[in-house]
Amino acid sequence: MGRITLEKVTKSFGDVEVIPPLDLEIEDGEFVVFVGPSGCGKSTLLRLIAGLEDVTSGQINIDGQDATDLPPAKRSLAMVFQSYALYPHMSVRKNIAFPMRMAGVPDDEQKRRIEAAAKALNLTDYLDRRPGQLSGGQRQRVAIGRAIVREPAAFLFDEPLSNLDAALRVGMRLEISELHKRLETTMVYVTHDQVEAMTMADKIVVLRAGNIEQVGSPLELYKAPRNLFVAGFIGSPTMNIFDGAEAAKFGAHTAGVRPEHIEVVSPEEGYWTGTVGVAEHLGSDTFFHIHETGLAETITVRAPGDVAYNHGDKIGLNPRTDLVHKFDEQGLRVQ
Amino acid sequence: MSTKASRSAARLMISPAVILLLMWMIVPLVMTVYFSFLRYNLLSPGATPWAGWDNYYWFFTDPSFKDAIWNTLALVGGILLITVIGGIGFALLLDKPMFGTGVIRIMVIAPFFVMPTVSALVWKNMFFNPVNGIFGNIATSLGFQPIDFFAEIPLLSIIFIVSWMWLPFATLILLTALQSLDQEQLEAAEMDGANWGNRFWFIMLPHLARAITVVILIQTIFLLSVFAEILVTTNGGPGTATTNLTYLIYVSSLLQFDVGMGSAGGVIAIILANIVAIFLMRMIGKNLDA
Ligand SMILES: Nc1ncnc2c1ncn2[C@@H]1O[C@H](COP(=O)(O)OP(=O)(O)OP(=O)(O)O)[C@@H](O)[C@H]1O
Ligand SMILES: [Mg+2]
Repeated sequence: MGRITLEKVTKSFGDVEVIPPLDLEIEDGEFVVFVGPSGCGKSTLLRLIAGLEDVTSGQINIDGQDATDLPPAKRSLAMVFQSYALYPHMSVRKNIAFPMRMAGVPDDEQKRRIEAAAKALNLTDYLDRRPGQLSGGQRQRVAIGRAIVREPAAFLFDEPLSNLDAALRVGMRLEISELHKRLETTMVYVTHDQVEAMTMADKIVVLRAGNIEQVGSPLELYKAPRNLFVAGFIGSPTMNIFDGAEAAKFGAHTAGVRPEHIEVVSPEEGYWTGTVGVAEHLGSDTFFHIHETGLAETITVRAPGDVAYNHGDKIGLNPRTDLVHKFDEQGLRVQ
Repeated sequence: MSTKASRSAARLMISPAVILLLMWMIVPLVMTVYFSFLRYNLLSPGATPWAGWDNYYWFFTDPSFKDAIWNTLALVGGILLITVIGGIGFALLLDKPMFGTGVIRIMVIAPFFVMPTVSALVWKNMFFNPVNGIFGNIATSLGFQPIDFFAEIPLLSIIFIVSWMWLPFATLILLTALQSLDQEQLEAAEMDGANWGNRFWFIMLPHLARAITVVILIQTIFLLSVFAEILVTTNGGPGTATTNLTYLIYVSSLLQFDVGMGSAGGVIAIILANIVAIFLMRMIGKNLDA
């Protein structure tokens, strides 16, 4: 079980209110991702749930019980830190055993769980090494192993992959997703990488300056961002946003269209025209940065395959009008 | 330092310092060893005939020698025990953010800057004196017989004074070590269900191991040669109760003017220091390996 609800939770450091009153429900077994720009309070929120920070006001319930004043150890949550926070002078085995040792789990049960976790995380060969003798990815797995053996009600991850290189990150991302499918335990995951958020989450919570901007499944956020901030934050490359007369044609104060929803055509056929700037060839796709469209400084367009346009070419752009996002003066979505 | 080039460059760079230090050590050492084999008494100047092992023989069989060895070890051991345990305690206290930390830190560190003779005299006259001292006064006002510290518990009194002086050193080193501990480790341990005692024992103490080793090694070097505190308080007495090896050498060479005997004592002191060093490195030296 791992149902976490936050009711009117606030957090201030001195005079600075980092989290204004915030309500959030995390269902049992859900994979929830907190995303937001740096400094928006993601870690703080996670630490509040963990009990490593005291809430200034409000209430945190875990499985229906008021956990607001419970010490971290009593909340049956396990946390994986960005720096892994392994105990450097203990072997991997002892690191993983530590929470069980503290909980007084019998030795043979400890052994069984360590073996199981080591097997699941490919750590069997490293059990007698010190953390200092492991690679970043292996350390990450030890940290996860230490969290798993406690059989917690929920896992908390604070940017666990940000110290890994790109390839390893993709691998670990999959491993964590698989782990979630297998354990079906609630996971709360903090990241500022929206790709991680989109690929892993059941539910994404977009934060800005401690405020929840939108909560929803990855596709909901992608298809119907509630405001300009979410529209700009979710999706890669980011949505093209423009206002003025062109936006007014769509009946909006501000309009946005995603790079993948613009078709590149010849200049005569185009709804808009522009000049090709930088082209980024990824093989599967090509991203064009288009200038002089009269919309915004740069419009990004995604063309499938390796379409060949040269720097300075005139081209036409056709947006898929049904997929243009419209926002009012306050930046809120209008339908 | 990992590559061959950087290693040999490093050797080259430090060689002047090493050579200078060696000379600084070797010359007095050789002279001391040479003197220790002479019958060399300043009261009978002129002839300094070869004495063979006589000086060593008489130094070893001197009844105060055994006392001096024992006192030296008791001093070092006692002070190490007090400063390490006390240092850890103070470091833990000072690590906590609290009101007036800056002032308190300076106050804790201050004793280290007082010269040994001065602090020993202050303790002797202001605190330990049975008539004028504060402890004596407190005891009298409570109706107890005041303790004459240097007469009744002389060695303990000296251990106490020297500990007071070295506690700041231990505290300082251990405090910096404690502050370098990754807070996330402590938080992880907290989440793992470790209470304060467990966090101290399993996380903080292992983290401090290296700093504790440094404290023990450095202090041992200085504590083997405690001298000024003894000279100004007890003069090694009563009897030989507070005579350590350093003081015994002082007595032989400068009170009895027997340079030969003093040199023999010096050589023995060097050997003792090395034995202690080997013991220490065996016991705790592995903490220093990275
Ligand atoms: N102990 C503290 N004292 C004062 N301010 C703090 C403290 N911890 C965090 N803050 C402030 O709270 C805000 C949110 O910090 P937080 O660490 O939660 O950001 P974050 O969303 O995790 O950012 P990042 O993605 O960079 O990790 C920041 O503005 C930060 O300066
Ligand atoms: Mg953070």
